[in-house]
Amino acid sequence: MNIHTIADHLNSLADNSDTGMSFDCQPISGEVDVLQISILGREELPIFVSVTEDQIICICYLWGLDEVKPESVNAMHESMLEMNIPMPLTSFSKIGDKYVVFGALSIKSNFIDVEHELAVLSNNAVEVIDDMSEYLL
Amino acid sequence: MSIFKKIMTAIRGGASEAGEAIIDANATRIFEQEIRDAENHLTKAKRDLTGVMAEQMSAKREVDRLGREVTEHEGYVAQALEKGDETLALAVAEKIANLETTLADQQQAHDSFSGSADRLKDLVKKSERQVAEHKRQLSMVKTTESVQRATAAITDNFSSSNSKLLSAKDSLERIKAKQQKFDDRMKAAELLESEDSDSSLQAQLKAAGIGAQDKSANSVLERLKAKKK
Repeated sequence: MNIHTIADHLNSLADNSDTGMSFDCQPISGEVDVLQISILGREELPIFVSVTEDQIICICYLWGLDEVKPESVNAMHESMLEMNIPMPLTSFSKIGDKYVVFGALSIKSNFIDVEHELAVLSNNAVEVIDDMSEYLL
Repeated sequence: MSIFKKIMTAIRGGASEAGEAIIDANATRIFEQEIRDAENHLTKAKRDLTGVMAEQMSAKREVDRLGREVTEHEGYVAQALEKGDETLALAVAEKIANLETTLADQQQAHDSFSGSADRLKDLVKKSERQVAEHKRQLSMVKTTESVQRATAAITDNFSSSNSKLLSAKDSLERIKAKQQKFDDRMKAAELLESEDSDSSLQAQLKAAGIGAQDKSANSVLERLKAKKK
């Protein structure tokens, strides 16, 4: 399992995905290969996938610290911690000054697991932005 | 300091700059080497354990065999005594004494192998836990670095393609608008389809001679004839 096999699989699904979503994959080459996955209709919220020795990490960027109402930062952090377990397969994190949701899968996962993860992550991301927009400027 | 704490401190301390390593590459390499060494030791310990367990099993077989032989010879002594052959009985008893000495030696060897096997098993378990723990820590370091490098790659990609990162709210608005448009299209399609099925139903009724029929020359003529009467 690497980003290229994942890309090949998702691109080959076309309209026949189990999740009803259409994926478009774009590898970004660099020191670590990253796969940028756009979901039809949700191009504004791409998911980035990188594969390490033991896991597949899928990350969706939510917003920057600069988009958060300064007086709401603590309340937002609390909500994120509280929602971490109820939210299926997805967790909150922060990379630099950007808040993200991510899912980590075992390297032994199959393509169906990866596809499911991406669909759930995307749904969660949209819902999180909708429901947490009260904390945003 | 634990690896977890080290990573946390490094991230908090602003080492999240793209490309800056959380733990210097050399330390990571040394750590990887340590894991490889530990794994080699583990393989060796497992091989030793297999050897010791084989010896233990063979000693056990020998102890069992000697035990059986002692019992057998004890029977012979009884039989010799029954026949009143004291000399033969003594000779067999001597043999038993020898067998018992060997048995004691074998038993001791067996016990010693058992002890070694238990110690080795404990050692293997402990080493396995340690290797797993080291691997988990290494995975933390590597994942942190990988995510940072991936973030750098993503950021580079965004700035090079000049695509502006929208704010979360704007993104959501757009996605919702697209979803709305899609839903509207679906609704319109459904509406069209139901209208289509309406008109096809009309056609079927007409074909069956039910409902309003097209005016034909004949029907007009019939009507006029009726009027004339």
